[in-house]
Amino acid sequence: MSLAIDVADLNKSFGDKHVVQDLTIQVAGGRICGFLGPNGSGKTTTLRMLCGLLTPDSGRGACLGFDILSQAEEIKRRTGYMTQRFSLYEDLSISENLEFVARVYGLDRRGERVDEALDHLGLAGRRDQLAGALSGGWKQRLALAAATLHEPQLLLLDEPTAGVDPKARRTFWDEIHALAGRGLTVLVSTHYMDEAERCHEIAYISYGRLIARGTAAEVVAGSHLVTFHGEGPDIDRIGEEIARKPGVESVAPFGAALHVSGTDRKALEAAIAPYRREPYRWDEVPPTLEDVFIHLMGQAQDNYP
Amino acid sequence: MMGVSGVRILAVMAKEFKQLTRDRLTFAIMLLIPIMQLTLFGYAINFQPKRLPTAVLVQEDSRFARSIVSALRNSSYFAFTRQARTPAELDKLVRRGEAQFAVTIPGDFTRRVARGDHAQVLVEADASDPSANSAAMAALAALPQQALAHDLTGGLAARGQAQPPFEVVIHNRFNPEAVTAFNIVPGLLGVILSITMVMMTALSVTREIERGTMESLLATPVQPIEVMAGKLAPYVLVGVIQTAVILVTARLLFQVPMQGGWTGLTLGTALFIVGSLALGFLISTVATSQLQAMQLSFFYMLPSILLSGFAFPFRGMPGWAQAIGEVIPVTHFLRLVRGSLLKGQTLGDQWPELAALTAFVLVVTALAMLRYRRTLD
Repeated sequence: MSLAIDVADLNKSFGDKHVVQDLTIQVAGGRICGFLGPNGSGKTTTLRMLCGLLTPDSGRGACLGFDILSQAEEIKRRTGYMTQRFSLYEDLSISENLEFVARVYGLDRRGERVDEALDHLGLAGRRDQLAGALSGGWKQRLALAAATLHEPQLLLLDEPTAGVDPKARRTFWDEIHALAGRGLTVLVSTHYMDEAERCHEIAYISYGRLIARGTAAEVVAGSHLVTFHGEGPDIDRIGEEIARKPGVESVAPFGAALHVSGTDRKALEAAIAPYRREPYRWDEVPPTLEDVFIHLMGQAQDNYP
Repeated sequence: MMGVSGVRILAVMAKEFKQLTRDRLTFAIMLLIPIMQLTLFGYAINFQPKRLPTAVLVQEDSRFARSIVSALRNSSYFAFTRQARTPAELDKLVRRGEAQFAVTIPGDFTRRVARGDHAQVLVEADASDPSANSAAMAALAALPQQALAHDLTGGLAARGQAQPPFEVVIHNRFNPEAVTAFNIVPGLLGVILSITMVMMTALSVTREIERGTMESLLATPVQPIEVMAGKLAPYVLVGVIQTAVILVTARLLFQVPMQGGWTGLTLGTALFIVGSLALGFLISTVATSQLQAMQLSFFYMLPSILLSGFAFPFRGMPGWAQAIGEVIPVTHFLRLVRGSLLKGQTLGDQWPELAALTAFVLVVTALAMLRYRRTLD
């Protein structure tokens, strides 16, 4: 499979903030790649550089075989980009928004395509409703329909499901998988762990640098993290004490349980040793993706003084 | 029921104040506008314009003629800038607006003064802007009594004793009854078009930026010139409708004369509408919010109303203010509209204004295209 995204050494600064640093990333065609990282880590900036909305300060590479620096127009024509914020016209109706997109991309069979999209969305009956009147989940589905109306080969989604309820998120992801099934390559940024696990592979960036790459299992394995799962009455109250001990990188309460993680197994065992007694019960568990991300976040160097 | 809390008022106040000082453009405009208003109203506006450009046609080279010209010049209201050789040339100077006054001293002037036979000096005034002339007109009233006082000696001393030796005939051209509305209403066309056109487009682009729809638009293959043309076109129609409404109203309600010059007027209006819309587009590439776009539009409107000759006589302003006025598009559009409706100017008379408006469209469009960002950089 050829590479849909193949860029290297991308850099972008805003003022004295080095937002993206020497970023190299490759995504094979037809794959769904989850793009993860804390807020302000450069995810949006990277997506914008890939679709020609921002010019990299340095770096090289191609999207869909077109040079990101000199052939941005070709890339735009073949790429669907869904912004973080709802960016369709709230004062136009659902069908008017889709018609506008169809026109801007110079599509043939405009009416048919819009009707198909509306049928597919299940919005045919509400086509004359203003887009601004839709609920959050519907807005995102409409935005996805608009971003894919011109049958792009690459889809860049910037936190498409932020603030959307679980059922709508599931519908949304079903659609993304259906699109990928047809050969579309998807790069989707998200903060939700369950969504990260729905991706074929993930890329984790922090402070503008790519620090983990692979399938979810590979990223978890690559972290060399050890996690202990503790249970017991009021165990969350001893969390703070454990967190202060050497070798403990993160302590995360999960309801009535506690996840204690670190890379140094011996130090970690020493840290929980005083609590390995009744009424507490400890088991070693494979770390969750969230444990790994919190670990990665802690490792990354903050580039903001 | 909670009482009014000073602490909470203070909290809101402090927040507002911080937000106010953070928007630097707004802050700068709030300081600049009073300074600009004071300067414009204080220095630039003069209701008693002096040294108005005057053309003279002297059909006899005589002592009396020279005395009259120098008396006019000494009044400080008239500046003799042109010497016409024929009545037709004189007429053209007034119609084109190159001269505010045209003074004709007829060929038989000396003979008639000597004979006491109704000697006349003809002063034609461009009354398309009546307010510019009033002070100069008052000065003319004293002319017959004084102009020849030193010349009427010897046998002629008796002339001018019982009655003035000659008479000044004043001919108010283009607006004989000096109806203010004839001046203001055509001017309003320029002002109204400016306000609506500039502001409409300035808001339409910043609205997209504010609402976040610009990001999606930029991600599509649409080109800057396509965005601009598509955004301006509906407002061109709005501008055309406004023009029609204003002209019809001017005719029906105010009986504003319409002498002709339709070709120039149509061309000029089209150029002015497109130029103003492009200017709004340019403003929107600078402003980051709709509020800023409004403020910048207002910042443009102020000199457009005060220095263009709309509200106050252009020739009454000092040189620096006239120089600023010359680069304001509305100035040229106003001359064109008044020239067409009141004076019936032809294309031959109007080409300088049409050239200025063409330059306006080209420069502003070029700047807007340069400033328009195709990326979010």
